[in-house]
Amino acid sequence: MDFEFIITSKQEAIGIVELNRPKQYNALNRKMVREIVEAFEQFERDEEVRVIVLQGRGNAFSAGADIDEMAFDDTIKLELLNQFADWDKIALMKKPIIGAVQGYVFGGGFELALSCDMLIAAEGTEFCFPEVNLGVMPGAGGTQRLTKLVGRTKALEWIWTANRITANAALQHGVINQIVQKEILIEETMKIATQISNQPPLAIRLIKESVNKAVDYSLYEGMQFERKNFYVLFSSEDQKEGMQAFVEKRKPQFKGR
Amino acid sequence: MYETIEYEVINNVCTILLNRPDSLNAFTATMNKDIKNAIKQAEKDTNVRCIVLKGAGRGFCSGQDLSTVDESMNHGEVLNTLYGPMVKQITNCEKPIIAAVHGAAAGAGFSLALACDFRIMAEKSFFLNAFIHVGLIPDSGNLYFLKRIVGDAKALEISVLGERILPQEALALGLATKVVANEEFDREVALFAEKIANLPTKAITLMKRALRAADALSLEDYLTYEAEGQRIAGLTQDHREGVQAFVEKRKPIFVGQ
Repeated sequence: MDFEFIITSKQEAIGIVELNRPKQYNALNRKMVREIVEAFEQFERDEEVRVIVLQGRGNAFSAGADIDEMAFDDTIKLELLNQFADWDKIALMKKPIIGAVQGYVFGGGFELALSCDMLIAAEGTEFCFPEVNLGVMPGAGGTQRLTKLVGRTKALEWIWTANRITANAALQHGVINQIVQKEILIEETMKIATQISNQPPLAIRLIKESVNKAVDYSLYEGMQFERKNFYVLFSSEDQKEGMQAFVEKRKPQFKGR
Repeated sequence: MYETIEYEVINNVCTILLNRPDSLNAFTATMNKDIKNAIKQAEKDTNVRCIVLKGAGRGFCSGQDLSTVDESMNHGEVLNTLYGPMVKQITNCEKPIIAAVHGAAAGAGFSLALACDFRIMAEKSFFLNAFIHVGLIPDSGNLYFLKRIVGDAKALEISVLGERILPQEALALGLATKVVANEEFDREVALFAEKIANLPTKAITLMKRALRAADALSLEDYLTYEAEGQRIAGLTQDHREGVQAFVEKRKPIFVGQ
């Protein structure tokens, strides 16, 4: 499928989505977000793909939303447009999404990064929610996802002040998983993606679902949910293979069934 | 384009000449910004493989222009908005930077030299942590750099006593890379810069990064960081050239890629 603002490709079991408006620092417009979601959905349906990697071409991952596009919007237009419905779909993806970020990760770009399951950042990456400087606020999950990750104290500070967050601070507060030197950002990200793609896909999928439930559920409900998923995996061929291989002291061959 | 400095690139060497000789190149707000922007420009310029900071006239740099200091000055604010960004630009610069010091490098002028990677001193030159004489503490990163070169005790001694550090002592303390005769100064600086500019530039960058990273990492994490760096270096053209030249028993020609 042809996309205007992104590029997609496949490397073995990894589906790659690359933001491709480098001259605009990959500023997100509505069509671009829709394309990202469509690409994710294609990879969701693609049996060969086990892990999705999201990255940005050029010096920045994404410097935020395309302001020109929304400067003259009004309340009713936004309600009818319901643009964030596309963003909601990202959270429905069941395959792991790993983001590789560098340079500016601002505003909507930061929200897109926060929609990933894991984040690898190049040294020197800066995160920021600058919306407040324009008289608005994050609208695609920024106040919610960041708060659930780093707690209320830091979330308020960062979103109120619009101060830039260094990669080190992001790492300290659990926003990102790892910092690597910029030249090997993609190489290191692909290494982790490959490692996860070699794990049993059904287990990976149900782990994502269960961990995500921990964010919203009470501990009791979460425990019940986890248990059911644990039981479900015992209907899989991969569970039989995994345990058999363990007993036979050989490497398991997982099929995702 | 610059008011207080001269910027020139010849044979891969960028020379930034502090050009306020009437005041011994004392800092003004404009000079802080000019130096910051010049370093930024040199960093971006792919032709530049080495940067030299030099002073016009009788000395390197005499520190803050005291004629601009009055009771209304908020010293912290000046550091946060002017000196800090300049120092960060220098320390974040991935290319080697040489301070070519003749005459005085006093106060923030000493700090400026300390922020660089190499310090070449003319026989008639000196460092002076002059802050104590006006009841201030060494700033612009001074003590941060100084303690790493000479240790805490000596750094405090230098700062509290506020005496001139002459070239031979600077050499013994590790503050100076080399000391050269006054009449040979320009030539020696040019030769040294040329030598640095012809080395494998990427390897120097990766060494600078590793040294900085080491401050904040455990040995275990540092070893991972080092492996990343060597992976990057191992992919450079200069690495291949170095190995090739060794095998062919000839002098390598490094291009900085």
